[in-house]
Amino acid sequence: MAKKQKYYHFLGCIIPHRYPSIESAARLVFKDLGMELLDMEGASCCPAPGVFGSFDRVTWAAIAARNLTIAEVGGHDITTGCNGCFASMFDADHEMKHDPELKAAVNEALAEVGREYKGTIEVTHHVDALHRIGLDKIREKVTRPLTGVRMAIHPGCHWMRPKHIKKKDESERPHILRDICETTGAEYVPYKDELICCGAGGAVRTADVKTALDFTKQKFDSLESVGGADIIVTPCPFCELQLDLGQVEIQKHFETEYHYDILHVVELLALAFGHEPEEFGLTTHLQYQMRKNEPNWERLGIEVQKAEDAVPTE
Amino acid sequence: MTSAEEKAPIDIDDVDTDFVEMIIKTGGPNIRSCYQCGTCSGSCPAGARTNYLVRGIIRKALLGLKEDCISGPELWYCTTCYTCTDRCPQDVKPTDVIKAIRNVAVAEGYMLEPHQKVALKVLEAGHAVPLDKESWEKLREKVNIEPVPPNASRFPDAIEEIVKIAKKTGFDKLVAEKEASE
Ligand code: SF4
Ligand code: SF4
Repeated sequence: MAKKQKYYHFLGCIIPHRYPSIESAARLVFKDLGMELLDMEGASCCPAPGVFGSFDRVTWAAIAARNLTIAEVGGHDITTGCNGCFASMFDADHEMKHDPELKAAVNEALAEVGREYKGTIEVTHHVDALHRIGLDKIREKVTRPLTGVRMAIHPGCHWMRPKHIKKKDESERPHILRDICETTGAEYVPYKDELICCGAGGAVRTADVKTALDFTKQKFDSLESVGGADIIVTPCPFCELQLDLGQVEIQKHFETEYHYDILHVVELLALAFGHEPEEFGLTTHLQYQMRKNEPNWERLGIEVQKAEDAVPTE
Repeated sequence: MTSAEEKAPIDIDDVDTDFVEMIIKTGGPNIRSCYQCGTCSGSCPAGARTNYLVRGIIRKALLGLKEDCISGPELWYCTTCYTCTDRCPQDVKPTDVIKAIRNVAVAEGYMLEPHQKVALKVLEAGHAVPLDKESWEKLREKVNIEPVPPNASRFPDAIEEIVKIAKKTGFDKLVAEKEASE
């Protein structure tokens, strides 16, 4: 076979600092698929597109471009498991390529730290990288089919929208993420509000968490109205945080209780590829940490050896 | 908030266009194409639950009502989901227009306190959500990866670079000035 495909692994903030199980699962899954993930040393916050892009466009683009220059110097494309990080770097790259004034302002700022943005690197999301590997190759690796698991999908916004820039999928009827998720054998459950935003983006969660949670609650209620699901799969850690930790917060703010296991697409694939949940730390999701519980193993169809099974206590 | 107050009517023949020019320069070049069809607001999950009205803000901006646009806290309810941008028949890119208006708001000192704190975190730690507790490092060890990731959390030079960049673009002042006035 040809040379091993290599990508710089852009981590961002939420994955490495709050949901590290996603980082761990990504390493397992990409290794299984024969792809090398390289450390991107000294990469910073992407910085959050809806937040920093809302504060000051030039600063946003300059910090994003600094991240791009790390990959440009190393000579490999980037892949990231976060919709926000993906959008920040992809959109900044796109805007600088179409707006010479912005590019000039950014390079003026980067000159202060001895860097120059050239525009030679492609920014991909894990979803893109997986899609390029191909559904058949992914299917070949599935050793623990998630047959019978009812799977809802939350694609989130920034991987596919705005569609005229991202040019990924039909944003009103996306199928790429669903196709990848369905290789695991899980059963896709459609619901009306699948495509609405989780509510966290654009600095809304930071400004007013209750309003952000109201979006999330609408999604859960929409899903409940079709009979619920066993898991919700998303390609974004910020969406994952909002849907996962959000359930604990919704209980506090709205006194409504939901119990959904939320999986990042690479966590879903890690399970389907036969990895045990403790290999990548599925139980570290903040929902379980706060509620002092664990994923619904029975619903997931996964047998886990529990400590109390091995050592009987009184 | 703003709509209930009594105000003198706007003279449509004498509109202040400086604000629109500012928006065009700051990332919302297509704002003038808006024909007020309302597709954006009809698609907007933020508008469905708050007093945020994207079509209204765009119209106000076109009428030069800068203060009205930048001072209302509802400006910050857009989650940047880009649904309106995908649906607008005039390619106005309402999300980008809103982001441009927010840039003007921040430049004029209208920044919410929690937002300012997030901005400061990036200047302090290189990350909006930093590795700021030992328990986060422990969480990483639990998932079988190294306690400190190879990002700005491990490489302090990266933070220095970000501070220098922010100094050059004036962002450090934008964030700090507000702090001083509080
Ligand atoms: S959808 Fe476009 S044209 Fe219609 S009101 Fe909104 S911005 Fe204006
Ligand atoms: S991008 Fe903002 S204004 Fe547009 S539909 Fe989404 S929340 Fe509403």
